[in-house]
Amino acid sequence: MPGKTLSVSVPEPILRIVNVTKVYNSLKAVDRISFAINPGEIVGLLGPNGAGKTTTINMILGILEPTDGSIEILGKNMRACGSDIRKYINFAAVYAHMPANLTVWQDMYVFGLLYEVKNIKERIKLLLQEFDLERFADTKAGLLSSGELSRLNLAKAIMNEPRLLLLDEPTASLDPSISQLIRERIKGYMTGTQAGILWTSHNMNEIEAVCDRVMFLSHGVILLSGDPKSLPAQHGMRTLEELFIAVAREPLCLEHEVGI
Amino acid sequence: MSLSRIYAIYVRQIFLLRSNPTRLATVFLWLVIDILQWGFISKYIGSLGQATFSFITVILGAIILWEFMSRIQQGILMAFLEDIWTQNFINFFASPLQIKEYLCGLVLTSITTGLAGFFAVVAIAGGVFGYNVLRIGVLLLPFMFILLIFGIGMGVFVSAIIFRLGPSAEWLGWPIPMVLSLFSGVYFPISTLPPFLHTFAKFIPASYVFESMRSILGSGTFPHDLAQNLLIGTLLSLAYLLVASRFFIVIYRKNLESGNIARFNAEAL
Repeated sequence: MPGKTLSVSVPEPILRIVNVTKVYNSLKAVDRISFAINPGEIVGLLGPNGAGKTTTINMILGILEPTDGSIEILGKNMRACGSDIRKYINFAAVYAHMPANLTVWQDMYVFGLLYEVKNIKERIKLLLQEFDLERFADTKAGLLSSGELSRLNLAKAIMNEPRLLLLDEPTASLDPSISQLIRERIKGYMTGTQAGILWTSHNMNEIEAVCDRVMFLSHGVILLSGDPKSLPAQHGMRTLEELFIAVAREPLCLEHEVGI
Repeated sequence: MSLSRIYAIYVRQIFLLRSNPTRLATVFLWLVIDILQWGFISKYIGSLGQATFSFITVILGAIILWEFMSRIQQGILMAFLEDIWTQNFINFFASPLQIKEYLCGLVLTSITTGLAGFFAVVAIAGGVFGYNVLRIGVLLLPFMFILLIFGIGMGVFVSAIIFRLGPSAEWLGWPIPMVLSLFSGVYFPISTLPPFLHTFAKFIPASYVFESMRSILGSGTFPHDLAQNLLIGTLLSLAYLLVASRFFIVIYRKNLESGNIARFNAEAL
């Protein structure tokens, strides 16, 4: 309608990263990356080993200080109010298991207290049911199989109903059946809560199945980003896996192509 | 500060203690062995010659208090090491947990285990050797307070060093009480040391406790400088605790910059 302004409501991003850089001594692990994650969005962070994915996740989690740039979660600066913000985020990572010498219930209880979860015992009961861990409640976490441990990590990761969930290879080393189960649970959580999710994986089929958007990281720089279904064709590749291999082996060609 | 998060750190350690008898042994076993050994040594020495005072009274009282302080220091260290051994720093520090809350949780754990051990050895000293820890009356409380604060300070300081240097530095925590005991007048009066070592003793809060205690138990009267000793001991121990806590927090921040929280076991100095 002429003369009338159309107001479109743009959701406030859950995570906003602007020009974040991390330098270790002389090595630039992450170089001025910027991106945002909106509510209800699953974003894949892809790249070869050593590309800077885990460094990025650690900076968002607040266990690594960026050298430069800003990280905002729910509109608050991470550096200024880290502890307050971390109530609304959580993570599961293949390299950070729950303490092996506590039982499943004790682990959940300790982390429930850390995240100040309300009605903690009821919440634990619900999560143990949901992740099929009830029969392991009194089993030490170190005695669980990889699949059971991944379910426990994930149960802990959504214990505080986070608005931002960071998943660093959550299905690595799991069989296809358990991987699918984990993916379903995560997607179910996102649908029910409209949380934002940052997901890293080396399984391109998985990424294509769950992610709304992907970013390719190489040598600490975001080379490409877009829809995982259409991105390969835009760069002359047939599949996401082919594109991944190209980024891993010939990042310079792609840098040239995208004008970095 | 959140009481819930402090309790989380504390209850984790209590779960560990309850679940494994070998952990309970670390709280009680060495203490019991120590007190029995020193009790019998004191009894034997007392039976030699014509001693005019009870060795058990003087030595056992000092050993009980020294062990209390050592166990407080090691209680913090053990709780901290548990998180290193289970590679738990990422999980903890990615949560809303603040570093001050983490330290409070460790301190609470060490006070619990330290007091449990203290009451056990007091019972053994009374039952086996007839030693009454309340012989020095209410002065036991300020003496224990000074040792508690100094023990916490030492535990936090040693943990901070391990936090900086990595898991391989954990051995540093064990011999420190033994070294400090030389300058604290636990087993012998400070005057027994060569004069140039007296200066070291003046900087150790525990030395004010043990010198005062020996004087009370030996002569049966309060030394004229008791109030001054208590004041200096208290101020020194509080100062060390503040410095150690600050040091721990600085190391934590440096680890956040260097990435050592996330890859602590790599010992990437």
